[in-house]
Amino acid sequence: MAKSSLDKKFDQIRKREEEKTFSTKKRSRIVNKFLNNRLAVLGLIIFTIIILASIFAPLLSPYDPMRVDLRSMRQPPSFDHWFGTDSTGRDVFTRVLFGGRVSIFIGLGSAILSAVVGIAVGCYAGYKGGWIDVIALRISEIFMSFPQIILVLLLVSITGQSLFNLMAIFILTGWGGMYRLARARMLSLREEEYVQALRSFGLSTFTICYKHMLPNALSPIMVNITLSTAMFILTEAGLSFLGLGVPLNIPTWGNILNVAQDILILQNYWWMWGPVGIVISVFVLCVNFIGDGLRDSTDPSQQG
Amino acid sequence: MKKEILKLRGVKVHFPVQAGVFNRVVGHVLAVDGVDLDIFRGEVLGLAGESGCGKTTLGKAILRLVEPTDGEVKYISQDDDETELTSLEKKDMDPFRKKLQIVFQDPHSSLNPSFTIFGSLQDPLKKFGIKSKEERRKIIGDLLEAVNMRREYMDRYPHEFSGGQRQRIGIVRALCLEPELIVCDEAVSALDVSIQAQVLKLLMQLKKEKNLTYLFITHDLSVTEYLCDRIAVMYLGRIVELCASEDLYNNTLHPYSEALISAIPVADLDKQTKRIVLEGDVPSPVNPPKGCPFHPRCPKATDICKTEVPTLKKYSTNGNEHYASCHLIDLPEIS
Repeated sequence: MAKSSLDKKFDQIRKREEEKTFSTKKRSRIVNKFLNNRLAVLGLIIFTIIILASIFAPLLSPYDPMRVDLRSMRQPPSFDHWFGTDSTGRDVFTRVLFGGRVSIFIGLGSAILSAVVGIAVGCYAGYKGGWIDVIALRISEIFMSFPQIILVLLLVSITGQSLFNLMAIFILTGWGGMYRLARARMLSLREEEYVQALRSFGLSTFTICYKHMLPNALSPIMVNITLSTAMFILTEAGLSFLGLGVPLNIPTWGNILNVAQDILILQNYWWMWGPVGIVISVFVLCVNFIGDGLRDSTDPSQQG
Repeated sequence: MKKEILKLRGVKVHFPVQAGVFNRVVGHVLAVDGVDLDIFRGEVLGLAGESGCGKTTLGKAILRLVEPTDGEVKYISQDDDETELTSLEKKDMDPFRKKLQIVFQDPHSSLNPSFTIFGSLQDPLKKFGIKSKEERRKIIGDLLEAVNMRREYMDRYPHEFSGGQRQRIGIVRALCLEPELIVCDEAVSALDVSIQAQVLKLLMQLKKEKNLTYLFITHDLSVTEYLCDRIAVMYLGRIVELCASEDLYNNTLHPYSEALISAIPVADLDKQTKRIVLEGDVPSPVNPPKGCPFHPRCPKATDICKTEVPTLKKYSTNGNEHYASCHLIDLPEIS
């Protein structure tokens, strides 16, 4: 009887197992799982395109995002100006590209940095418990109960508008959420028996909580990073509108979008706010897809 | 000559119960309430009792996974050096962590799902001075083969294994630093009966090969009968009976042990056993009953049981030492 295709496959697997070539696959387990998620891959591709386009903006566009050109005010999209021009004749496409640099930097940067702070504090305090945990919890509550806008106002009036002030405030108000997430995971993980086993070997607290426990706590944090990236980009837009965020002369997605506050522009010049709005939405969506994919691929309890 | 490896003296573990707005301590759970116990080198000591009687807490207190509130845990090395473990600083505890290890109950939470077997086992080895990766791989590989698993399994993740395999990996982890005493905390309770037998056989074989001592915590007396040299029965944080294992079955002294033994299923239709059914639940360990902690459920309780706490007294059955704490034993006490 001829071997069925299933038999052949099985023979191949057995052969590979005997040759011990199986072990090569383990390194890329997370990558494999991520690549199997179509939406996440799509998100990653668009995400990369947007980031690359922002980085290489001067190569993609002949215009200067700051240069006022009064002869070409409020022009609709054309071959010269892909997204048209705004009220002072600046090329919107160029401004979207350059604005992406700042917006993405603020969004991703603050999300990642606040996650780093939150995880560092949350893991240690959650695992250790006791008075360290109580103090960290109270501090995070203080920061979370403080209105962001007041903090921004305070800092802006003291040191003036700047990008780094904005990021500092995002991190100060944002780390609390990450901290709580990490802490909550650690509280349940520290009762697991493998943690007890590590303790019975007398391993140091750092090794146990940052090396062995943290990977199991990461998946909800990953999702939270992506969500807060989106949130920070939107908050930056809102604060920039109030004149509290990034100085208005620097193009950011928020600064570009804010011309839509004028009812005249909203009704008659869709190209000034439409494309940038779409770019923000698409970018945020992509980041969320990536977060979803990361969560699935890093979750150790999901097999496959 | 029997030599002790561990001496427990008056070990207590009390957990505070907090309540109210300011987390005031309103009482204590007396999880382990004054346990004296000697464990001899090379023996298998069973620790039996129903859920919540403090067996696991006692096991963890020995390893200081739970800090004992009071009492002494003395480790006696092969050269007769006594060391009191509970008062040691965390750092000074390290050499003894090597000697005392634990196998856990739940095979599903006892392995880290994010790491390969090698990944989660190598850090303890690294800490105790095995620097080269090849050497660590060799030690873990050899141990995997000792528990009848393939060497290559060390590069796999825990979810790729069955419950019995995971439990054997748990045993590998306990063995990797060549300990002298292993606390088996319900090590087979979560497994199928057929796998239980397999793992128990393996444990006994390893004991012979590596000269181990086991503290075998279980609620299943039918397992202990075949496994243990001596058995200690715990009730509400105290040891109520401690004797050679055949004496526990043939010359039971404490009414609680009697009830436990009568609950073991016997696979013999002709054999009629008198089933002693205990009324009610284990009393709350927050405020244990006055007098003998067992008296509210004891079928034989008399007036003295309600007022006086019995102490663990030494008797002799079959020429073996036999300890029990009950007022109603009419055997001569040995000092």
